[in-house]
Amino acid sequence: MRSFRVARTLISVYYAYMVEYRAELIFWVLSGSFPLIFLGLWNQAAQSGDLGFTSAEFARYFLAIFLVRQFTVVWVIWDFEKEVVQGKLSPLLLQPVDPVWRHFFGHVAERATRIPFILLLIGLFCLLYPEAIWLPTPYACLWGSLTLLLSFCLRFLIQYTFAMLAFWIERASAIQQFWFLFYTFLSGMVAPLALFPEPIREFALWTPFPYLVYFPASLLIGLPVDLTRGLVMMVAWGAIALLINRWLWQAGLRRYSGMGA
Amino acid sequence: MPIIDVQNLRKVYPVAVKEAGMKGTLQHFFRRTYRNIEAVKQVSFSIEPGEVVGFLGPNGAGKTTTLKMLTGLIHPSSGHVSVADYRPFERRNDFLQKITLIMGQKQQLLWDLPALDSLRINAAVYNLSDTEFRQRVGELAEMLSIQDQLRQPVRKLSLGERMKAEMLAALLHRPKVLFLDEPTLGLDVNAQTAVRTFLQEYNQRYGATILLTSHYMADITALCDRVLVIHQGSLIYDGLLDGLLEQFAPYREISVEFDRTQSIDPATLQTYGNLQSLEGCQATFLIKSDELTQTVTRLLNTLKIQDLTITEPPIEDVISQVFATGRT
Repeated sequence: MRSFRVARTLISVYYAYMVEYRAELIFWVLSGSFPLIFLGLWNQAAQSGDLGFTSAEFARYFLAIFLVRQFTVVWVIWDFEKEVVQGKLSPLLLQPVDPVWRHFFGHVAERATRIPFILLLIGLFCLLYPEAIWLPTPYACLWGSLTLLLSFCLRFLIQYTFAMLAFWIERASAIQQFWFLFYTFLSGMVAPLALFPEPIREFALWTPFPYLVYFPASLLIGLPVDLTRGLVMMVAWGAIALLINRWLWQAGLRRYSGMGA
Repeated sequence: MPIIDVQNLRKVYPVAVKEAGMKGTLQHFFRRTYRNIEAVKQVSFSIEPGEVVGFLGPNGAGKTTTLKMLTGLIHPSSGHVSVADYRPFERRNDFLQKITLIMGQKQQLLWDLPALDSLRINAAVYNLSDTEFRQRVGELAEMLSIQDQLRQPVRKLSLGERMKAEMLAALLHRPKVLFLDEPTLGLDVNAQTAVRTFLQEYNQRYGATILLTSHYMADITALCDRVLVIHQGSLIYDGLLDGLLEQFAPYREISVEFDRTQSIDPATLQTYGNLQSLEGCQATFLIKSDELTQTVTRLLNTLKIQDLTITEPPIEDVISQVFATGRT
């Protein structure tokens, strides 16, 4: 009951907090429009040769990628790094609730503030690519939404685990930048995994990256994916990240010196 | 039974050492060396429930490190520490419900929202009912005279108002043990007085135990009967504030105004005590406390004196002298 109340309060307060940044929100949403740029490139390529995807399929795919990226964007590592380096973690550690929940529900609240801008961009997209409009099946809606939620949790958990390294190296975000390199290419953000050479695709499917973008996006637009394998991989990577996270958290707290506080 | 018990508490930090210049920078990049700094050395003390204790020491003496160990923010290197019967670094929820740490100029309130929003989060985190929340906010806001400011964004508040709002947030769960690190830092005189008055009232109303660090002696003299003095990581004094003067400044200042008919010879005056100054008919001596009565009697019996005043040295001077010499 208390946990539910904490969650509800954090979401409502952080929603109010994010609304304070309504002007910045437009730019944050636009900064996540990479997939729409790739769409332009692949659209051209599809018109000049047989890639196995039509222009409309590419448009649909990258719109789904855009949507997934908007709902799974995570920045916890930068906030946490600042908290550790500047000692701002100290007051949060003195409250009887794990500081992670402030970050997590802050992210959840931010999702809600994005929705109007996302809808606006989708409307614009539909005007530009009317042939790409599709109606998701109930199956696609159910599993697409569920895996989208899982993707957000997995991405948050992985990034929060990297953030724990701030206890040791203070600029943990550098690791995140390195990770982003692999994320960009193996998540399906640049190109559908179906277009990758077989060995690379198979390798990618053993990593967490496709499950952060490609997998939920494919389910949303009805591309064939192995649902069971995807769910198992997400849960497995989530469990690994959670174990490492909690271990690093305990070890990190022993190292924490509350600098500047 | 003490609510805070500290025995042989010690904290050692590894600190990276870097020489100045490019050579030092390259060495630091390829082979980082560390030096262990003993920030707190075998410190022991205990505090009874309801006491208000001042924790004094110059910058870098180990005050904040000790407070961080008492609140569980950092782990001690060795020694025993217990607060309200808990080991702080285990950070159990029951323990966190009983304590608070207020750091001057450090904020927990959300900058862009009214303080009331941050208070709502604290109410949920500390599991206060809506009635308790409203009643406590009303009570504390009245004590702090900050009722009207709670609905304004925190960034719009003055420094003094912000500190009061921070205090309200830190005390909403009605903690039994308060750790305050420079709570009046940077505040103007009125705001400092308001914070002191509030802390006195909070201590009396709820019987809370307070351990307070401050560079403003007025905070200490207004709030604390007992003080702990820490210097270079070691506790050099634990006792009454008045006793601090006796231990570190066992002398009094005597100012004398002679009759105009009295001939004044500095060499003769030196025989009465440590002559600090002589200007016209005015002389000032420093006399050891245990020789005070005898010296005053001699002065009055042998010299023509119009006026004589005895003063204690200002506490600020005593403290800075202790810190400067590190005398124990």
